[in-house]
Amino acid sequence: MTGADDTMAGFVRHRRSKRIIATLSGFEADLLRSLAAQLVELLRNEAAVPSESADPLEAMFSGGEFSGPTTEPDDPVLARLFPNAYREDGEAAAEFRRYTEGSLRDGKARAAGTIIDTLEEAGLPAEPGADELTIDVDLDPATAEVWMRALTDLRLALGTRLEVEEGDEEYWYSLPDDDPRGQAHHIYEWLGYLQETLVHAVAG
Amino acid sequence: MDPGVEKDLTPDEVTLADTPWVTVVWNDPVNLMSYVSYVFQKYFGYSKKKAEKLMLEVHEDGKSAVSSGSREEMERDVQAMHEYGLWATLSKSE
Repeated sequence: MTGADDTMAGFVRHRRSKRIIATLSGFEADLLRSLAAQLVELLRNEAAVPSESADPLEAMFSGGEFSGPTTEPDDPVLARLFPNAYREDGEAAAEFRRYTEGSLRDGKARAAGTIIDTLEEAGLPAEPGADELTIDVDLDPATAEVWMRALTDLRLALGTRLEVEEGDEEYWYSLPDDDPRGQAHHIYEWLGYLQETLVHAVAG
Repeated sequence: MDPGVEKDLTPDEVTLADTPWVTVVWNDPVNLMSYVSYVFQKYFGYSKKKAEKLMLEVHEDGKSAVSSGSREEMERDVQAMHEYGLWATLSKSE
């Protein structure tokens, strides 16, 4: 686990209305939307399909919610988002996955979709122009928790891709400014900052 | 926090004898300590003190048994932890 520094403006809780608010630049809002959209695509792309080895009769009778994948996803991000629930019992892990992975995927895609919807309802246009734009994010407590889960998934996705480790900050800061991995890590840290301020705004 | 969820349930002390399954949360380099503590309070209804103790166990020891109960209950807890993005498994209590 890790902490985050607090040098930028993030989420705060409005004293009277109790709503959770943040003001993002158009650039930040567009970046967040793009990351959320990429996560939705990843979650839907490598579809949660029933295992091919499943008994066809069983598949016929079990139907929708009872059929799902039984093996760990190939993509390391998806493997982190949907880890094996049993470490030493492959059969039980497969069974757990079969019953849960589909709904977990749907929930995570919906949460990332909530970020996109919030930003667009707050005025983020499809193609932000060059002019100054600020997006006021204004969340009720329930939506704030959905954002918290979605920001977590975005950080898990980016952190897994970058292979971040505990205490590796020096490595990232040593990269030249134009290194794309360093730039991606900068975004990862920004997401961590947003998340930290969001948790504190909600938990009070 | 909602004062209604401040109860310190300590189910491990109450039910361990006849419910031999535990939910284990594992350390990872991504999740924020504040968030993990929030999840333990919100989902399990643990006090802030208990949630932070468990969070520090995860952080420092690499893992912590955060709840115990029947196998079905622990599968529900593990699924909930995965919804929150925490790395969790269930196993028979040692």
